Amino acid sequence: MARMNPEINAGSMADIAFLLLVFFLVTTTMDVDTGLRRLLPPPIDPNAPPPPPVRERNVFVVLVDRNDRLLVRGELGNITQLREQTKEFLLNRTNDPTMPVREMRHIDNLGEVEVSRGIISLQNDRGTSYEMYIAVQNELAAAINDIRNDLSREKFGVRFDQLTDQDLITAIRQAVPMAISEAEPKDIGDR
Amino acid sequence: MIKGRFKKDTTKASQKINTASLPDIIFMLLFFFMVTTTMRETTLFVRNTLPPATEIQKLERKSLVSFIYIGEPIQSQIFGTEPRIQLNDTFANLNEIASFVEAERQARPEAERPLMIFSMKIDRETKMGIVTDVKQELRLVNALNINYSTTRGEVRGM
Repeated sequence: MARMNPEINAGSMADIAFLLLVFFLVTTTMDVDTGLRRLLPPPIDPNAPPPPPVRERNVFVVLVDRNDRLLVRGELGNITQLREQTKEFLLNRTNDPTMPVREMRHIDNLGEVEVSRGIISLQNDRGTSYEMYIAVQNELAAAINDIRNDLSREKFGVRFDQLTDQDLITAIRQAVPMAISEAEPKDIGDR
Repeated sequence: MIKGRFKKDTTKASQKINTASLPDIIFMLLFFFMVTTTMRETTLFVRNTLPPATEIQKLERKSLVSFIYIGEPIQSQIFGTEPRIQLNDTFANLNEIASFVEAERQARPEAERPLMIFSMKIDRETKMGIVTDVKQELRLVNALNINYSTTRGEVRGM
Protein backbone atom coordinates (compact mmCIF):
# COMPACT_ATOMS: atom_id res chain seq x y z
CA MET A 1 0.00 0.00 0.00
CA ALA A 2 2.82 2.38 0.83
CA ARG A 3 4.30 1.88 -2.61
CA MET A 4 1.20 3.21 -4.20
CA ASN A 5 1.99 6.65 -2.84
CA PRO A 6 5.70 7.33 -3.50
CA GLU A 7 5.57 11.04 -2.68
CA ILE A 8 8.54 12.49 -0.83
CA ASN A 9 7.69 14.66 2.09
CA ALA A 10 8.98 18.09 1.19
CA GLY A 11 8.12 19.63 4.50
CA SER A 12 11.71 19.62 5.73
CA MET A 13 13.03 21.12 2.51
CA ALA A 14 12.45 24.61 3.83
CA ASP A 15 14.40 23.78 6.98
CA ILE A 16 17.35 22.50 4.98
CA ALA A 17 17.32 25.58 2.79
CA PHE A 18 17.13 27.75 5.89
CA LEU A 19 20.17 26.02 7.31
CA LEU A 20 22.13 26.69 4.13
CA LEU A 21 20.94 30.28 4.12
CA VAL A 22 22.09 30.84 7.69
CA PHE A 23 25.44 29.25 6.88
CA PHE A 24 26.04 31.65 4.00
CA LEU A 25 24.87 34.61 6.03
CA VAL A 26 27.40 33.80 8.72
CA THR A 27 30.40 32.95 6.55
CA THR A 28 30.15 35.84 4.12
CA THR A 29 31.26 39.41 4.56
CA MET A 30 29.08 42.28 3.53
CA ASP A 31 31.41 45.00 4.78
CA VAL A 32 32.93 47.26 2.17
CA ASP A 33 36.60 47.97 2.48
CA THR A 34 37.27 51.60 3.30
CA GLY A 35 40.45 53.56 3.55
CA LEU A 36 42.67 56.32 2.28
CA ARG A 37 43.36 55.97 -1.44
CA ARG A 38 46.82 57.05 -2.56
CA LEU A 39 48.78 56.92 -5.77
CA LEU A 40 52.41 55.98 -5.33
CA PRO A 41 54.98 57.81 -7.45
CA PRO A 42 56.35 55.70 -10.31
CA PRO A 43 59.76 54.11 -9.77
CA ILE A 44 62.71 56.38 -10.38
CA ASP A 45 64.59 55.85 -13.59
CA PRO A 46 68.28 56.14 -12.73
CA ASN A 47 69.05 57.51 -16.21
CA ALA A 48 66.37 60.17 -16.17
CA PRO A 49 67.49 63.71 -15.47
CA PRO A 50 66.68 64.90 -11.95
CA PRO A 51 63.37 66.77 -11.73
CA PRO A 52 63.54 70.54 -11.57
CA PRO A 53 63.89 71.74 -8.00
CA VAL A 54 60.71 72.94 -6.32
CA ARG A 55 60.90 76.41 -4.86
CA GLU A 56 61.26 76.24 -1.14
CA ARG A 57 58.36 78.58 -0.43
CA ASN A 58 56.02 76.14 -2.16
CA VAL A 59 56.85 73.17 0.03
CA PHE A 60 55.10 72.42 3.30
CA VAL A 61 57.38 69.99 5.08
CA VAL A 62 55.79 67.67 7.62
CA LEU A 63 58.17 65.41 9.44
CA VAL A 64 57.17 62.63 11.82
CA ASP A 65 59.99 61.21 13.91
CA ARG A 66 60.40 57.83 15.54
CA ASN A 67 58.70 59.00 18.73
CA ASP A 68 55.66 60.15 16.72
CA ARG A 69 56.50 63.81 17.23
CA LEU A 70 55.56 66.24 14.48
CA LEU A 71 57.85 68.79 12.96
CA VAL A 72 55.85 71.17 10.78
CA ARG A 73 57.96 73.57 8.70
CA GLY A 74 60.84 73.23 11.15
CA GLU A 75 58.78 73.78 14.27
CA LEU A 76 57.39 71.29 16.74
CA GLY A 77 53.77 70.78 15.75
CA ASN A 78 50.62 69.21 17.06
CA ILE A 79 48.26 66.89 15.22
CA THR A 80 45.25 68.96 16.36
CA GLN A 81 46.58 72.07 14.62
CA LEU A 82 47.93 70.37 11.52
CA ARG A 83 44.74 70.76 9.52
CA GLU A 84 44.50 74.51 10.09
CA GLN A 85 48.21 75.02 9.44
CA THR A 86 47.98 73.12 6.17
CA LYS A 87 44.96 75.10 5.01
CA GLU A 88 46.58 78.38 5.96
CA PHE A 89 49.72 77.44 4.07
CA LEU A 90 48.02 76.22 0.90
CA LEU A 91 45.60 79.11 0.66
CA ASN A 92 48.14 81.80 1.59
CA ARG A 93 45.48 84.47 1.91
CA THR A 94 47.92 87.07 3.20
CA ASN A 95 50.32 86.68 0.24
CA ASP A 96 53.12 85.86 2.63
CA PRO A 97 56.40 85.55 0.67
CA THR A 98 57.32 82.43 2.67
CA MET A 99 54.12 80.70 1.59
CA PRO A 100 53.27 79.24 -1.82
CA VAL A 101 52.80 81.16 -5.03
CA ARG A 102 49.26 81.52 -6.31
CA GLU A 103 48.61 81.88 -9.97
CA MET A 104 45.54 82.48 -12.08
CA ARG A 105 44.58 79.58 -14.26
CA HIS A 106 41.69 78.92 -16.55
CA ILE A 107 39.84 75.73 -15.68
CA ASP A 108 36.79 74.44 -17.54
CA ASN A 109 33.52 74.97 -15.66
CA LEU A 110 35.27 77.20 -13.14
CA GLY A 111 36.72 79.98 -15.23
CA GLU A 112 39.65 81.93 -13.90
CA VAL A 113 40.65 80.65 -10.48
CA GLU A 114 43.66 81.04 -8.30
CA VAL A 115 45.59 77.80 -7.98
CA SER A 116 48.07 77.37 -5.18
CA ARG A 117 51.40 75.89 -6.18
CA GLY A 118 51.85 74.50 -2.66
CA ILE A 119 53.06 70.94 -2.20
CA ILE A 120 52.93 68.99 1.00
CA SER A 121 56.01 66.93 1.64
CA LEU A 122 55.49 64.18 4.16
CA GLN A 123 58.55 62.53 5.62
CA ASN A 124 58.55 59.80 8.16
CA ASP A 125 61.04 57.70 10.05
CA ARG A 126 61.22 53.92 9.98
CA GLY A 127 60.22 53.99 13.62
CA THR A 128 57.09 56.08 13.18
CA SER A 129 53.99 54.17 14.18
CA TYR A 130 51.51 53.39 11.43
CA GLU A 131 48.66 54.86 13.42
CA MET A 132 50.43 58.23 13.64
CA TYR A 133 51.26 58.11 9.95
CA ILE A 134 47.62 57.50 9.06
CA ALA A 135 46.55 60.25 11.46
CA VAL A 136 48.85 62.71 9.68
CA GLN A 137 47.78 61.53 6.22
CA ASN A 138 44.18 61.90 7.35
CA GLU A 139 44.67 65.47 8.58
CA LEU A 140 46.44 66.49 5.37
CA ALA A 141 43.66 64.95 3.28
CA ALA A 142 41.10 66.65 5.51
CA ALA A 143 42.75 70.03 4.90
CA ILE A 144 42.59 69.56 1.14
CA ASN A 145 39.02 68.28 1.32
CA ASP A 146 38.07 71.33 3.36
CA ILE A 147 39.53 73.65 0.74
CA ARG A 148 37.75 71.71 -2.01
CA ASN A 149 34.48 71.88 -0.11
CA ASP A 150 34.80 75.63 0.34
CA LEU A 151 35.58 76.21 -3.33
CA SER A 152 32.79 73.90 -4.44
CA ARG A 153 30.27 75.62 -2.19
CA GLU A 154 31.36 79.00 -3.47
CA LYS A 155 31.17 78.05 -7.14
CA PHE A 156 28.45 75.41 -7.33
CA GLY A 157 26.60 75.78 -4.04
CA VAL A 158 27.17 72.21 -2.87
CA ARG A 159 29.93 70.46 -0.99
CA PHE A 160 32.61 68.71 -3.02
CA ASP A 161 31.71 65.26 -1.73
CA GLN A 162 28.10 65.82 -2.80
CA LEU A 163 28.96 66.75 -6.37
CA THR A 164 27.73 64.18 -8.85
CA ASP A 165 28.74 65.69 -12.19
CA GLN A 166 32.08 64.18 -13.16
CA ASP A 167 33.17 67.32 -15.04
CA LEU A 168 32.65 69.51 -12.01
CA ILE A 169 34.55 67.04 -9.82
CA THR A 170 37.50 67.11 -12.21
CA ALA A 171 37.39 70.91 -12.29
CA ILE A 172 37.60 71.16 -8.51
CA ARG A 173 40.31 68.54 -8.44
CA GLN A 174 42.34 70.61 -10.88
CA ALA A 175 41.84 73.77 -8.89
CA VAL A 176 42.81 72.13 -5.60
CA PRO A 177 45.13 69.25 -6.38
CA MET A 178 45.82 66.55 -3.82
CA ALA A 179 49.50 67.43 -3.74
CA ILE A 180 50.96 65.20 -1.07
CA SER A 181 54.44 64.00 -1.88
CA GLU A 182 56.24 61.40 0.14
CA ALA A 183 59.95 61.59 0.36
CA GLU A 184 62.13 58.83 -0.95
CA PRO A 185 62.90 56.70 2.08
CA LYS A 186 66.26 57.33 3.55
CA ASP A 187 68.14 54.67 5.40
CA ILE A 188 69.12 56.38 8.59
CA GLY A 189 70.11 54.40 11.62
CA ASP A 190 69.45 50.73 12.15
CA ARG A 191 66.35 48.90 11.00
CA MET B 1 -11.86 15.93 27.61
CA ILE B 2 -8.67 17.44 26.36
CA LYS B 3 -8.59 15.17 23.36
CA GLY B 4 -12.05 16.17 22.46
CA ARG B 5 -11.31 19.84 22.58
CA PHE B 6 -8.28 19.37 20.41
CA LYS B 7 -10.23 17.56 17.74
CA LYS B 8 -12.80 20.27 17.69
CA ASP B 9 -10.14 22.86 16.96
CA THR B 10 -8.67 21.00 14.02
CA THR B 11 -11.98 20.61 12.36
CA LYS B 12 -12.66 24.29 12.76
CA ALA B 13 -9.36 25.47 11.23
CA SER B 14 -10.00 23.73 7.99
CA GLN B 15 -8.12 26.10 5.66
CA LYS B 16 -4.40 25.29 5.65
CA ILE B 17 -1.76 27.54 4.13
CA ASN B 18 0.00 25.85 1.30
CA THR B 19 3.69 25.77 2.21
CA ALA B 20 4.86 23.94 -0.89
CA SER B 21 6.43 27.09 -2.36
CA LEU B 22 8.24 27.99 0.86
CA PRO B 23 11.40 26.03 -0.06
CA ASP B 24 11.51 27.79 -3.40
CA ILE B 25 11.36 31.20 -1.77
CA ILE B 26 14.11 30.26 0.67
CA PHE B 27 16.22 28.88 -2.16
CA MET B 28 15.81 32.14 -4.02
CA LEU B 29 17.06 34.02 -0.96
CA LEU B 30 19.89 31.55 -0.65
CA PHE B 31 21.02 32.03 -4.23
CA PHE B 32 20.79 35.78 -3.83
CA PHE B 33 23.19 35.69 -0.90
CA MET B 34 25.48 33.21 -2.62
CA VAL B 35 25.80 35.45 -5.64
CA THR B 36 26.06 38.84 -3.97
CA THR B 37 28.53 38.00 -1.25
CA THR B 38 32.10 36.89 -1.31
CA MET B 39 33.59 34.26 0.93
CA ARG B 40 36.09 35.26 3.56
CA GLU B 41 38.92 33.52 1.76
CA THR B 42 41.94 34.13 3.95
CA THR B 43 42.53 33.28 7.56
CA LEU B 44 44.52 35.94 9.29
CA PHE B 45 47.85 34.99 10.81
CA VAL B 46 48.71 38.53 11.83
CA ARG B 47 47.05 40.87 14.28
CA ASN B 48 45.00 43.35 12.30
CA THR B 49 43.49 46.23 14.21
CA LEU B 50 43.09 48.97 11.63
CA PRO B 51 43.70 52.60 12.55
CA PRO B 52 40.80 55.09 12.42
CA ALA B 53 40.46 57.87 9.84
CA THR B 54 37.75 60.29 8.80
CA GLU B 55 38.58 61.18 5.19
CA ILE B 56 37.92 57.71 3.88
CA GLN B 57 36.75 56.43 0.53
CA LYS B 58 34.95 53.21 -0.26
CA LEU B 59 36.48 50.63 -2.52
CA GLU B 60 33.59 49.97 -4.83
CA ARG B 61 34.62 47.04 -6.97
CA LYS B 62 35.75 44.27 -4.73
CA SER B 63 36.96 42.11 -7.59
CA LEU B 64 39.70 44.65 -8.33
CA VAL B 65 41.09 44.70 -4.82
CA SER B 66 43.96 42.57 -3.55
CA PHE B 67 44.99 42.59 0.06
CA ILE B 68 48.34 42.78 1.75
CA TYR B 69 48.26 42.20 5.49
CA ILE B 70 50.98 43.43 7.82
CA GLY B 71 51.13 43.02 11.57
CA GLU B 72 52.45 41.15 14.52
CA PRO B 73 51.87 37.37 14.22
CA ILE B 74 48.96 36.14 16.30
CA GLN B 75 50.93 33.09 17.43
CA SER B 76 53.76 35.21 18.76
CA GLN B 77 55.25 32.35 20.79
CA ILE B 78 56.00 30.54 17.52
CA PHE B 79 56.61 33.34 15.03
CA GLY B 80 57.91 36.10 17.29
CA THR B 81 56.64 39.62 17.72
CA GLU B 82 58.33 41.22 14.73
CA PRO B 83 55.65 42.46 12.26
CA ARG B 84 55.27 40.14 9.28
CA ILE B 85 53.70 40.39 5.85
CA GLN B 86 50.88 38.04 4.98
CA LEU B 87 49.94 37.37 1.37
CA ASN B 88 47.01 35.05 0.71
CA ASP B 89 47.38 32.27 3.26
CA THR B 90 51.06 32.42 4.14
CA PHE B 91 53.68 34.63 5.64
CA ALA B 92 55.82 36.23 2.98
CA ASN B 93 59.10 37.99 2.63
CA LEU B 94 59.60 41.33 0.94
CA ASN B 95 60.97 39.78 -2.25
CA GLU B 96 57.78 37.73 -2.71
CA ILE B 97 55.63 40.81 -3.18
CA ALA B 98 56.63 41.23 -6.81
CA SER B 99 55.51 37.70 -7.70
CA PHE B 100 52.33 38.15 -5.67
CA VAL B 101 51.48 41.29 -7.64
CA GLU B 102 52.16 39.46 -10.89
CA ALA B 103 49.97 36.51 -9.85
CA GLU B 104 47.14 38.83 -8.85
CA ARG B 105 47.39 40.60 -12.18
CA GLN B 106 47.29 37.32 -14.07
CA ALA B 107 44.12 36.35 -12.22
CA ARG B 108 42.25 39.37 -13.60
CA PRO B 109 41.12 39.99 -17.18
CA GLU B 110 43.55 42.18 -19.05
CA ALA B 111 41.20 45.16 -19.33
CA GLU B 112 40.84 45.37 -15.57
CA ARG B 113 44.51 45.15 -14.67
CA PRO B 114 45.29 48.89 -14.76
CA LEU B 115 42.38 49.51 -12.39
CA MET B 116 43.62 47.15 -9.72
CA ILE B 117 43.99 48.44 -6.19
CA PHE B 118 46.31 46.95 -3.61
CA SER B 119 44.74 47.49 -0.24
CA MET B 120 47.15 47.40 2.66
CA LYS B 121 45.59 46.17 5.86
CA ILE B 122 48.14 47.16 8.41
CA ASP B 123 47.94 46.83 12.17
CA ARG B 124 47.97 50.18 13.95
CA GLU B 125 50.91 49.20 16.15
CA THR B 126 53.19 48.47 13.20
CA LYS B 127 56.21 50.68 12.63
CA MET B 128 56.55 52.46 9.30
CA GLY B 129 59.81 50.73 8.37
CA ILE B 130 58.20 47.58 6.99
CA VAL B 131 55.39 49.61 5.42
CA THR B 132 57.89 51.77 3.56
CA ASP B 133 59.68 48.64 2.33
CA VAL B 134 56.43 47.17 1.00
CA LYS B 135 55.55 50.45 -0.70
CA GLN B 136 58.97 50.52 -2.38
CA GLU B 137 58.43 46.94 -3.61
CA LEU B 138 55.01 47.89 -5.00
CA ARG B 139 56.51 50.87 -6.79
CA LEU B 140 59.15 48.71 -8.42
CA VAL B 141 56.49 46.50 -10.03
CA ASN B 142 54.33 49.49 -10.96
CA ALA B 143 51.50 48.69 -8.57
CA LEU B 144 50.93 52.34 -7.78
CA ASN B 145 47.26 52.36 -6.95
CA ILE B 146 47.14 51.62 -3.25
CA ASN B 147 44.76 52.01 -0.37
CA TYR B 148 45.58 52.31 3.29
CA SER B 149 42.75 50.36 4.82
CA THR B 150 41.25 52.10 7.84
CA THR B 151 38.10 52.06 9.85
CA ARG B 152 35.77 55.02 10.13
CA GLY B 153 36.41 56.91 13.31
CA GLU B 154 37.91 59.94 14.95
CA VAL B 155 41.69 60.02 15.01
CA ARG B 156 43.16 59.50 18.45
CA GLY B 157 44.54 62.61 20.08
CA MET B 158 42.17 64.89 18.22
